[in-house]
Amino acid sequence: MTISLKRLFQSALFSSSLLALSAGAASASCGDIAGRVSVVGNEFPAIHTVTKAAATCANDKVTVKANLTADHQKINLPGMQGNPAEYTSAIIATSSITPLLNGNVIRPLDDLVAKFGQDIPKRQLITVNGKVVAVAFMANAQHLVYRDDVLKKIGMEPPKTYEQLLEAAEKIRAAGIMKNPVGGAYATGYNLGLEFINIYMALGGELFKDGTPTASVKNGQGVAALELMKKLTGYMNPDFLTHDSNATAAEWEAGNVALMNFWGSRTGVLMDKQGSTPEVYENTKVGAPMTIGGGKIPATTLWWDGWTVARNIPDADAAATFVAMKTGTSPAILNDATMGQAVWMIEGYKPAPVNQGVMLTMESGAKPYPMLPYMGLLHAAIGENVARYLSGKADAQTTLSDIEAAYTAAAKEKGFLK
Amino acid sequence: MKHKTFLWFFLPSGMAMFLFIAMPIVSVLTQSVYAPHEQVIREVENCTLFGCSKATQIDQEATRALRDAEPMGRFVGPSIYTDRNHLAFAEIAEIWRNASGLGNFFGQVTNLPFYDALSFTLTYTALVTPLSLAFGLIIALAVNALPRLFRGPVIFVSLLPMIVTPLVGALILFWMIDARGVLGAALQALAGDPGLSIKASTPLMWTMLIVYGVWSSAPFAFVIYYAGLQTVPGDTLESAMIDGASRWERIRYVILPHLLPLTTFMALIKIMDNFRVFEPIVSFSAGAHAKSLSYFIYSDLGGETRLLSSAAATSVLTIAGIIVLISPVLVRTWHAFGRVRA
Repeated sequence: MTISLKRLFQSALFSSSLLALSAGAASASCGDIAGRVSVVGNEFPAIHTVTKAAATCANDKVTVKANLTADHQKINLPGMQGNPAEYTSAIIATSSITPLLNGNVIRPLDDLVAKFGQDIPKRQLITVNGKVVAVAFMANAQHLVYRDDVLKKIGMEPPKTYEQLLEAAEKIRAAGIMKNPVGGAYATGYNLGLEFINIYMALGGELFKDGTPTASVKNGQGVAALELMKKLTGYMNPDFLTHDSNATAAEWEAGNVALMNFWGSRTGVLMDKQGSTPEVYENTKVGAPMTIGGGKIPATTLWWDGWTVARNIPDADAAATFVAMKTGTSPAILNDATMGQAVWMIEGYKPAPVNQGVMLTMESGAKPYPMLPYMGLLHAAIGENVARYLSGKADAQTTLSDIEAAYTAAAKEKGFLK
Repeated sequence: MKHKTFLWFFLPSGMAMFLFIAMPIVSVLTQSVYAPHEQVIREVENCTLFGCSKATQIDQEATRALRDAEPMGRFVGPSIYTDRNHLAFAEIAEIWRNASGLGNFFGQVTNLPFYDALSFTLTYTALVTPLSLAFGLIIALAVNALPRLFRGPVIFVSLLPMIVTPLVGALILFWMIDARGVLGAALQALAGDPGLSIKASTPLMWTMLIVYGVWSSAPFAFVIYYAGLQTVPGDTLESAMIDGASRWERIRYVILPHLLPLTTFMALIKIMDNFRVFEPIVSFSAGAHAKSLSYFIYSDLGGETRLLSSAAATSVLTIAGIIVLISPVLVRTWHAFGRVRA
């Protein structure tokens, strides 16, 4: 409770400072722009840093406001469909950009990059079909998080493969250290769907039949992925289907878990001194994501977070938004306080120990999460049906057929399949 | 009342009902027979922080041409109602042909998402409606028998489950039944099984949701019944006592018939309420074990890619379900009304 209150307080502080900034402060670096900047995005410290820096562009000609909420995905598309759009920029990630691309509500940024963004490093520019659609500023991935002290007690190295993780879990349980040593965000729906996708892709599975919107998960890799997930859940708290990222972090901080595949952006919470005992936070370490069955691809996906500019707004607003967001993600935002908030894809970033996991993931040959127009539909179908398999309601073959059938019906409705 | 007076009296509410009830239903109906256009997909190369890769994209130019031709979307008739994620006619026919027996047939049918949601919704409605009415009546009778001094505080405490916001009430219970919560741990000790978890077992989760449903809606029945009890004619009760009727016989032959219209009214309200059960499933994170029709609509709208037509079709089916369920009660009321007038 104390943590969440503290966070609430922090975010309140952030928002009030944001308001103050947008009210008066003039800025030197933003140049000659005039217009309306209105940002919608997810709510976590790194994004607060970005919008706070963007708000320094506010003056009598430029207004900057931000709506940061965990429900940003539910409001960004409707908020950008109107003309003029309510939001001039949406901060999005690998998967949440597709609904905006599908809805054709974000504009190509090439001309704005040419005019105002020559100094943005090329690798930060996200392009689709050669057109810049977003500017990335941070990377994220799931990777191994482990308890050093517990692994030392059973005399094992941090696992490099899921096979080693299962072996370590068995030893920890047998030694009576923890009853359910494995953790993970396995909540029915989005989280569970992503875990399946991670493992399935590591086994070499392809989610769609080459380049078409036809799903194909009913194969050997699909069965193997389900079976591995069942084995892993055997070492998890029996309530795993209700554990989202927050609940998983709480299990970790309570000292109930020693091994898990978890978000880099959330490891800071596990390693800080709040909400946990020294035994836990001092021994929390991160490692590279794990591979499976001698494969080379680790069971994780790479994610980027970036910003976009709305299509349905006057060009002046678009220019103001571009410049403000560029200022918000410029090297100037990096300082001692903000450095550890994320794996910034900004020049001058020096990784903190807490960010090592994501850095290792990027070097490990992990695949990016697929940026496909119909990916969200398959992800949802997987998330619902894998839960039925893990709770024993359906066998592996039925589950995989159900995933394909549920996806097919939804994709037909959406016009992706005939 | 004269017809003309009645018309003027009713007009404002009639207008409001048309605007806020009839129009949305028409809109939902329309939405459910139209689907988004066929998307023209083209292959593109995407470049991100992590390198370039082949991917696909919606061809906005080509899709816009389709959209301009038919701004409402593609007319699909009842095909969304009959697809696999809803009534699944083709799949059920297939299961019927291949099923090895009735049990197997129903097992496979409830594996389909809509029927899975429907089976929980119906079970919930069928159990929670009578149970919450029964508990409400029992509490009302008990409170009515208390000395006046204690009635106020007891009524307040009995109403608490209804006063607490449903989401919060359900969350409190959710934490209590956690494997490490007070009820969860007690249940483990009672069953002698340390691995037992309410949240991991489908039957226990259903039981929990039903218990929550009764707990949260019994106070409503209690308040109404308690008010009804104040109107039971004292002389009828007295004459029943003189005739030697026991307390149970007085309840059975005097009080229950007197409360019957109230029961009909509450059954109507409660069936409608329970059929759209939603909050406890969200608070209990019970999605893996129990889905209701409302939850089904919610997940269609909550995903990254919103399924508006699917949600609209499920909404229409929910409305149809409610009409079917309450029609016996409505018919009964209609007859009763007719009798009074005659």
